[in-house]
Amino acid sequence: MPLEIYLDLLSQPCRSVYIFAKKNNIPFEFKKILLFKGEQYSEEFGKVNYFRKVPAIKDGDFTLSESIAILTYLAEKYGTPDHWYPADLQTRARVHEYLSWQHSGMRGIAGKILWLRLMIPKAFEIDVPKERMDSLLVDLEGSLTAFEEKFLQDKPFIAGQKISLADLVAIVEIMQPVGAGVNVFEVRPKLSAWKDRVRAEIGSALFDEAHQMIFNTEEVAKTLDPSMKEIIKLRIKKSFL
Amino acid sequence: MPLELFLDLYSQPCRSVYIFAKINKIPFEFRKVDLAAGEQYGEEFGKISVLRKVPVMRDGDFILTESVAILQYMVQMFSTPDHWYPADVQKQARVNEYFSWQHTAIRSHASKVFWFRCMVPILTGAEVPKEKMDSALEDLSSTLNIFEKKFLRDQHFIIGDRISLADLVAITEMMQPVGAGLDVFKDRPRLSAWRDRVKQELGVAAFHEAHEVIMNAASLPQTIENKGMLEFLKPRLQKLFN
Repeated sequence: MPLEIYLDLLSQPCRSVYIFAKKNNIPFEFKKILLFKGEQYSEEFGKVNYFRKVPAIKDGDFTLSESIAILTYLAEKYGTPDHWYPADLQTRARVHEYLSWQHSGMRGIAGKILWLRLMIPKAFEIDVPKERMDSLLVDLEGSLTAFEEKFLQDKPFIAGQKISLADLVAIVEIMQPVGAGVNVFEVRPKLSAWKDRVRAEIGSALFDEAHQMIFNTEEVAKTLDPSMKEIIKLRIKKSFL
Repeated sequence: MPLELFLDLYSQPCRSVYIFAKINKIPFEFRKVDLAAGEQYGEEFGKISVLRKVPVMRDGDFILTESVAILQYMVQMFSTPDHWYPADVQKQARVNEYFSWQHTAIRSHASKVFWFRCMVPILTGAEVPKEKMDSALEDLSSTLNIFEKKFLRDQHFIIGDRISLADLVAITEMMQPVGAGLDVFKDRPRLSAWRDRVKQELGVAAFHEAHEVIMNAASLPQTIENKGMLEFLKPRLQKLFN
């Protein structure tokens, strides 16, 4: 039975898993889970992932959640080229360091921008206080500066000379605000050059294909199921505002 | 030259790194970074890590932050017993799954409760509003429920019969609110039994030694004041934990 990967490409961690699997020609069945339609709440999906989140994989009887765990699992199982998850102790440590920091350092911040700027006011018709948005944009600047000064520095990629899982996980998160019209690359030439390198390594066609949805959020918002609207609204009030 | 570990045992991730190094007899030099004295903001520590957080590991010229990365580094470098971070792809994935989930779950909620109970009163001069505190306690409770139902289930440890890095990281986070006087294990027999097993595996003495500082967390606000660091730390800590 083939590997099943459960994805909604609106989600950043889904994109990193999708890109990695496609780039490395890992055979899999794309199981689409449309979050805005509430498909993550189906009984079937509950058996795949207790947390009802994406991405998730089912490999025979083995199910796994959390994109970081999935990426390293796929790298190990399919023996992907060393640079993605290097065997060298210190190079691997650099990848681990980024993968750990990014949960709260990047994902927790960049991930909210598309919501606060576009989704919440447009699809959910909730007003976002200006101070909240401004505060988040300040945090985003902090994250991007930390990224450039601590993780990238003067290297072509996070772990050194070659692209790794760290760059892949970073790029999908950093692209998310771009979908909301926040062009993070405009005033950051070093970041922009890194993005171009990453996109070239992944392949521009695959990169652009994976990111299509975030540039079409208005269309995505139309697919919103009315029952999901109320559920998400509650969560928005709790987590975002 | 042995590893240098820059630590303050008030910090949960410092405790996991410390305990792991000690019980595996990994030679290291303990470099204390006194958080209550604001040493993380000093010039010297800034040269070690621009992110100004602990733990940090230095191996010759190589500097590494993030406790999970440091633990994985020590496993690989010192070839520690397999059960800590199994070579088996699926078992290792389970440890990684826990590592990933816990950042924004147990770590986040347990830290918040500690912060609200222990630090906010001295930083703001007032208790945390009841609604906010109740909400934080509710979040912590929910996340512990998930831990028991999804990660622990009927097993002895998170990934099965043997203790792993996942249990170590979990226990040090759960002890944080305990240090602030909230016994998260109370009325949770399954969680308590797991805690006791983990303590046994780690070694009760090593466990208690590592947790001595946090169990005296009630005196932390006074310590900060005594060091004359209150005004300096206030805005910085408020920013971190907003």
